[in-house]
Amino acid sequence: MSVESLFPRLEPLLPRVQKPIQYVGGELNSTVKDWDDAEVRWALMYPDAYEVGLPNQGVQILYEILNELEGTLAERTYAVWPDLEALMREHGVPQFTVDAHRPVRAFDVFGLSFSTELGYTNMLTALSLAGIPLHAADRTEEDPIVLAGGHAAFNPEPIADFVDAAVLGDGEQIAIAITEVIREWKAEGRPGGRDELLLRLAESGGVYVPKFYDVDYHPDGRIQRVAPNQPGVPFRVHKHTVMDLDEWPYPKKPLVPLAETVHERFSVEIFRGCTRGCRFCQAGMITRPVRERSITTVAAMVENGVRESGFNEVGLLSLSSADHSEIGEIAKGLADRYEGTQTSLSLPSTRVDAFNITLANEFSRNGRRSGLTFAPEGGSERMRKVINKMVTEEDLIRTVSTAYSQGWRQVKLYFMCGLPTEQDEDVMAIADLARKVIKAGREVTGTRDIRCTVSIGGFVPKPHTPFQWAGQTDHETVDRRLRELRDDLRRDKEYGRAIGFRYHDGKPSIVEGLLSRGDRRVGRVVQAVWEAGGRFDGWSEHFSYDRWMECAAKALADTGVDVDWYTTRERDEHEVLPWDHLDAGLDREWLWQDWQDSLSDVEVEDCRWTPCYDCGVCPTMGTEIQIGPTGKKLLPLTVI
Amino acid sequence: MTQRLRVRYAKRGRLRFTSHRDISRAIERAVRRAGIPVAFSAGFSPHPKISYAGAAPTGVASEAEYLEIGLTRRCDPQRLRADLDASLPPGLDALDVVESGGGGLADRLHGSVWLVRLRGVRPADAADAVERFLAREQVEVERLTKKGMRRFDTRQAVVGLTVEGAGEPAGQEPDRRGEEHDSTPCAILRMVVRHVTPAVRPDDVLAGLRLVAELAPPSPPEVIRLAQGPLDDETGGLTDPLDFDRDVADSRDDEQGTVDGAGECAASVGGDVAADL
Ligand code: B12
Ligand code: SF4
Repeated sequence: MSVESLFPRLEPLLPRVQKPIQYVGGELNSTVKDWDDAEVRWALMYPDAYEVGLPNQGVQILYEILNELEGTLAERTYAVWPDLEALMREHGVPQFTVDAHRPVRAFDVFGLSFSTELGYTNMLTALSLAGIPLHAADRTEEDPIVLAGGHAAFNPEPIADFVDAAVLGDGEQIAIAITEVIREWKAEGRPGGRDELLLRLAESGGVYVPKFYDVDYHPDGRIQRVAPNQPGVPFRVHKHTVMDLDEWPYPKKPLVPLAETVHERFSVEIFRGCTRGCRFCQAGMITRPVRERSITTVAAMVENGVRESGFNEVGLLSLSSADHSEIGEIAKGLADRYEGTQTSLSLPSTRVDAFNITLANEFSRNGRRSGLTFAPEGGSERMRKVINKMVTEEDLIRTVSTAYSQGWRQVKLYFMCGLPTEQDEDVMAIADLARKVIKAGREVTGTRDIRCTVSIGGFVPKPHTPFQWAGQTDHETVDRRLRELRDDLRRDKEYGRAIGFRYHDGKPSIVEGLLSRGDRRVGRVVQAVWEAGGRFDGWSEHFSYDRWMECAAKALADTGVDVDWYTTRERDEHEVLPWDHLDAGLDREWLWQDWQDSLSDVEVEDCRWTPCYDCGVCPTMGTEIQIGPTGKKLLPLTVI
Repeated sequence: MTQRLRVRYAKRGRLRFTSHRDISRAIERAVRRAGIPVAFSAGFSPHPKISYAGAAPTGVASEAEYLEIGLTRRCDPQRLRADLDASLPPGLDALDVVESGGGGLADRLHGSVWLVRLRGVRPADAADAVERFLAREQVEVERLTKKGMRRFDTRQAVVGLTVEGAGEPAGQEPDRRGEEHDSTPCAILRMVVRHVTPAVRPDDVLAGLRLVAELAPPSPPEVIRLAQGPLDDETGGLTDPLDFDRDVADSRDDEQGTVDGAGECAASVGGDVAADL
């Protein structure tokens, strides 16, 4: 049965909303396939505004890979702003895809990409606009399989009521595998209905289907056990890891929007994974091991991406780009190739060492030297040992003064507040560090025309990290420390004016903390907040801490647990954590040991350059580190 | 910069929802993809030498938008038109390219012809409102601008205003799949409006019609700009603003016999990579 475009019904609403262009689709390199020719159809959503969601690489990659498959179709949908939401409800226009403006409910799979938990309420808006029941339990054969992916899906328990399934890790291969399972099931005439399909997905071991697992609680509210309630469903679900990224050089056809978005550039992931072992970093822990793209693949992807998109900026993206085994060659080779072409290159630089400045110099060869970013994350030496960010104060000051002496005028330093074991003086140490940086910078440059911006984020303990057991610092403490730090910098006559200070208040971190380490009971809170009007929680103008707290108090009233229990409470070694049955490969004992080590300031090395320290990932997942160097060099581009 | 070309382009169908900034980004990218040798400004952050004249507002389609592009190498205007058009997203279409004959293009855009489709409005009611509007010397309306609420006259800027009755205005995207062809009435207004300051836009004229005759369309009007150019005071119509440039180019051709450098405009970025991969 064919599906008609909703565009004629949407179009009259568009003149009445902000930035209507975001809803019309038609991006360069977007794909519209014939509905009736497809056997399996995916609607992919990045549950945030189009301007944030469109550039998302995860969605772009899956969109392209799925559309390359014969008999498979994928379209995209994004969160609509409240102005259009109201009009859509008034005029009965359901959630639509931007590609062919088809109703989301007509698809076989509704796949959502969660890089942050703050998209959960937007998922509920989309489901409700789509006419899909909010609760998985209420869905029928007429509804798509609602599937979550992305980093937040490593603990999908807070949205377990709303999603039918979740996938952990890299999506490329599993999306194809899921498509195949659905295709077969549909070809067989959909035996056993929706449940049979979910069972087939669950039995494969690569897809988590929450409803096939029961959670029992102790009287005090802790989880007693999580166990499958169906034969054939595995006790643990494993993450997916794509090996040999050179075989997967996506995106090949980057989407180029008409609307303005947050990331107006072509990005190439130069590697996945990170083994630096920063203890606060969920991304680093769950994406192990490191898998590099080779210098030649990176260069070919850049060349192709620039030609296909017309973007004039290229970003080399990864969790720690300066760590690529041939980053020096890549930087020099690309800078040579694009010199004089008005194509600029960027590298999110975070590593604190002189080499990083050499790289930044290469990249800014024909552009400007505006700002450099380093992320020491912790203000005091002790704090940096706790989080395993191995940078000494000496290193930092030397690196930053080198940057100033080479013509950089603005340096940004990234820190976190509320880290485990943090004391007031650890935060105040940030001010001292900033002062020393400016002092040294003035000495080496002989000018007062240098600046340093201190940017501070609140720490949120995340699942699958050594800090998953830690108590989160309450927002009163975080806010007080940040205030004192700000006042201290303001009072400073000598250096204060050269130091910028940027921070967010601690309240949103508490909500993130609730959603990150929550269990299934937190789903009620998410729903209550959404019903009370919660939308776009990643946007400070829409986010309401009070609404979250009021709804949480009501929704958790009969559970015996509360927001503090989920956030500021420290867990002990043997407590069953809501995500223990979800396997990121990390050995639980190793994580616990690392947590204990952090408390006694013991650091771990990077397993790329030192012997394996048995975090558990490689043997469990059958993976290995893939790094260069390949020894290859880039030749200039020939112009024909 | 060795050559300046003037381009007429259209924004059609759903691309009418692009803002002027969206369009300039899309055009810059299309220029890069097409390998057009655009000149860049000097200085700290060089930007491509593309300038725009009199862009239609967001939400309004147009068959007559204009830009001027500076090149570092001479190009054949027809070939550049084809290259640019192929590289632009569907709905943004390069229609006409001529070499600049000098003078300011913006100075020649004295007025616009607009077609406004009013669904749910009976042509007779529209005709009545138009008659009353034209009978006035002045019709003041208010609009919220960046500088706050402003009050200005709309009547004097209107050179011509007629009702064309039911039917599809030209240039509308033909993909109205699934639309039922029911008997909803539809009036189409044709406006010739002089460019004045503050600008009088079709929606201001509609506000005027509402004021004088309580004409209130039940759904948002669909507006399309058909032409921009010098106003012919005798006929009340517009002439093609590029005619002047064409005349200059013709007389130059007559002198030189051929178009200089035609066909030189090959891709200069994004060419193939040497076989090192
Ligand atoms: C570029 C970037 C941004 C950009 C662009 C965001 C965007 N729209 O894509 C900007 C600057 C806007 C940004 C903002 C933020 N970011 Co950010 N960002 C990144 C960065 C550097 C790259 C992301 C990326 O493209 N990865 C590559 C793609 C291919 O990976 P992926 O999206 O995870 O997708 C794969 C899988 O997850 C899976 N998958 C994903 N979705 C789905 C869906 C389904 C159905 C399936 C089956 C599979 C699947 O398949 C994909 C292919 O394998 C990462 C760091 C990194 N290297 O990953 C941080 C990172 C993702 N960001 C992070 C954070 C915290 C944020 C912010 C919340 C920061 C803030 N406090 O404001 C905001 C949130 C924005 C928002 N509202 O969504 C964190 C996430 C922390 C975590 N939980 O691990 C990261 C990991 C950085 C870090 N080290 O902490 N970010
Ligand atoms: S198992 Fe060893 S080699 Fe593999 S990521 Fe963990 S520590 Fe590194």
